[in-house]
Amino acid sequence: MQFDRRETVPLGLAVLAPIAAIAIALLLCTPLISWTGMPAFTAYGIMFTGALGSPFAWSETLSRATPLMFTGLGVAVAFRARFWNIGAEGQFYLGAIAATLLGTGLLNLPAIILLPLIFMAGFLFGGTLLLLPAILKTRIQVDEVVTTLLLNFIVLLVVSYLVEGPLKDPAALGWPQALPVPPEATLPKLGGRAHWGLMIAIASAILIWILNARAVLGYQMKAIGANIQAALFAGIPINWVLLLTALLSGGLAGMGGVSEVSGLKGYLSLDLSPGFGYTGIVVAMLAQLHPIGVLISAIFIAAIYVGADAMSRAANLPSYLADVIVSTSLLCMLVSILLTRYRVRWRS
Amino acid sequence: MNSTSVQSDIVLHLNHISKRFGSLLANDDISLELRRGEVLALLGENGAGKTTLMNILFGHYTADSGEIRVFGRSLQSSSPKAALSAGIGMVHQHFTLADNLTVLENIMLGTEPLWHLWQRQQNARQRVIALADQFGLSMHPDAKIADLSVGERQRVEILKALYRDVKILILDEPTAVLTPQETEALFTTLHKLTQAELSVMFISHKLQEVMRVSDRVIVLRTGRVVATVPTAETTPAALAELMVGRPIPQPTRQFQTPGEALLQLAAVTVASQDGRPLIDQLDLTVRQAEIVGIAGVSGNGQAALFNLLSGLLTPTSGTVRLYGQVCDRFTATDMVRANIARIPEDRHTTGLIGDMSIWENLILADYAEPAFSQKGFLKRHSAIAHANQIIQAFDVRCPSPFATVRLLSGGNMQKLILGRELSRQPQIILASQPTRGLDLGAVTYVHQQLLNARDRGAGILLISEDLDELLSLCDRLCVIYQGKLSAPMPTETVSLQTLGLMMAGKDKADAI
Repeated sequence: MQFDRRETVPLGLAVLAPIAAIAIALLLCTPLISWTGMPAFTAYGIMFTGALGSPFAWSETLSRATPLMFTGLGVAVAFRARFWNIGAEGQFYLGAIAATLLGTGLLNLPAIILLPLIFMAGFLFGGTLLLLPAILKTRIQVDEVVTTLLLNFIVLLVVSYLVEGPLKDPAALGWPQALPVPPEATLPKLGGRAHWGLMIAIASAILIWILNARAVLGYQMKAIGANIQAALFAGIPINWVLLLTALLSGGLAGMGGVSEVSGLKGYLSLDLSPGFGYTGIVVAMLAQLHPIGVLISAIFIAAIYVGADAMSRAANLPSYLADVIVSTSLLCMLVSILLTRYRVRWRS
Repeated sequence: MNSTSVQSDIVLHLNHISKRFGSLLANDDISLELRRGEVLALLGENGAGKTTLMNILFGHYTADSGEIRVFGRSLQSSSPKAALSAGIGMVHQHFTLADNLTVLENIMLGTEPLWHLWQRQQNARQRVIALADQFGLSMHPDAKIADLSVGERQRVEILKALYRDVKILILDEPTAVLTPQETEALFTTLHKLTQAELSVMFISHKLQEVMRVSDRVIVLRTGRVVATVPTAETTPAALAELMVGRPIPQPTRQFQTPGEALLQLAAVTVASQDGRPLIDQLDLTVRQAEIVGIAGVSGNGQAALFNLLSGLLTPTSGTVRLYGQVCDRFTATDMVRANIARIPEDRHTTGLIGDMSIWENLILADYAEPAFSQKGFLKRHSAIAHANQIIQAFDVRCPSPFATVRLLSGGNMQKLILGRELSRQPQIILASQPTRGLDLGAVTYVHQQLLNARDRGAGILLISEDLDELLSLCDRLCVIYQGKLSAPMPTETVSLQTLGLMMAGKDKADAI
């Protein structure tokens, strides 16, 4: 078996391949669903209506997609420059800490000032967290995969300390959660549970898209990601660009944490994120690192989770099925990316 | 039976081989025969189909149609193993040796079972020594590969093939990495091989060597055999024309009087991280309107010299002067601003970014200049207009400025780099192996561009391993050996032989 690089990718193939990949992923998951005793098509029907079948379902899906958009954008920005940020989970929580610190009584400001302020603080907190691994990488070549991954656990322990200790809400009947944000620090709702965080995520995606396509920084990041040696030879300030990339990447994930606290949950707790940071990697990869693609793939993955929840409620199926479907979709998507770039030849 | 006895001196027969990759017909109905005890040269430019044909023969690819017969028998299964057991050995351009093993271990690896290793090693040692003696491949069987020179490594590869009792030896561009003396030794070995009735297929694009060493020449062009001629009945010029398909104009070189010094190095040393000097107390001057050549076997400090002047390294001691001014900042951006054009050795890893478009690559060196960016945003329109200009002026064959660079041919990639660097009207040009791996037509083009730049007054430092290139282009030549640079010599006073000896570390006085 050989792979030959395609000289041009036909548009039809580029559009159809992801759709086919998802169809095949769903097909691959049917035996598993049938095994639980429910006809697969009925199950997928319930999933579909549960995720996208009504305005309520849409609001659920979009509210679930919002944090994934932020973490997905953060990961996509870093990966495009080949800076392997596996730490979006930690940056997400650090953003949530920023929202809690500034938004629960420290500052007494009207919403119109307070909300942008806590988003900026979340951006800085998340970005600064990722600066540490970036500095270690650029100064003494420490592998950022290890450092960013391990920072996640450190941040979770810090959150655990905060919600059990200094930030603990005394009115929470002993539950380990932080003080809730007041109305001035709460994002307006869009309907159902969907909130303005979604709009901020979409705006961020558009800004990143413009950055990638038009800005000098986007050009430098792409050059570093595509060929770091040539970038060095051309005189692109690699360390500086990587630091800015880290700030941006961590900042976006941090904004996700702010959006989740002030838009949906209302307070910081240890279960604020069911792995949004890690799922963000899947979102970014499915989107092939394109910021607009991130929006779509975040909605797709959120829909699978929300649909799987609906399915498990209706038919008493384990909601872990959603994880299986998401993972299978990612694998199929990666294969389809390979097949759109390369032509497979079978040896006679 | 009858036909085999008639053609008994034909050891290898390729019959109507065709191979298609997508829309590209890499081998189009190629037929050739190799006779016992001859050196057959396979001549052709990049992309002519030489490598594809050899990969088919050696079992890396399967032909779409056609047949291979070795010693009258059809070679069926396509794997390197089948080719080896049929008696075909191949020495690749990039060696396939394990650096941390000895010569003997490398030869035994994959040939001998590891059972009773000690006993086998004794037998193998004797055979290797005998073979080495017979074919003039002197070699210590217990030397580590890592300690050997490139020429010695090639001899190990040949020994490895001979140890496997091959009767047909395929050499893929064997002289590309050798000094003239090593090349000479290789040719002696080839002569001994053919005397022992082995047959050699010699793949090359160097006309002089083909003329020297081969009995017959097969010329390939765009996947087809365009000529099969006895070497004695042809000339280099005729072969060149067959290879390219049209007459090649020779670059014209006019006399120029060199002007003021543009680039001066005085006792410059660059040390590696562990303190070892990469270039050692180097003195060098490049003046207006001259080409100064640096000859040497690669790995003797050329990379450090190029990287220093490209702004990737800082000197440990010594002074570098640009236009008479002492240079104290060594960054890539500073060198670009100092109007130095840099043509790196490796188009793919340092010169260009394969996954980016042509226009993006063409502003790599000066994307930050006001011409191409403003307030943090790229001026896309000016960048694309600039790309269109270069594409036209340097005759880059490409679908559009938006095309991905990876899809271009080597020659077109080099034209992009030349376009990017030379369109800035640089005063100093730094070129490292600017024609490596290029077609004859593209080589001539690059040479002409460098000569044109010289004629308009630029000073050019040309680092190359291709001695013919250096002798035909340069006004003065230096040889670099283990980080030390010889005194410059006017090109007219230097012979190929002298250069070869100096490249091997002999003094000029000894060399003459």
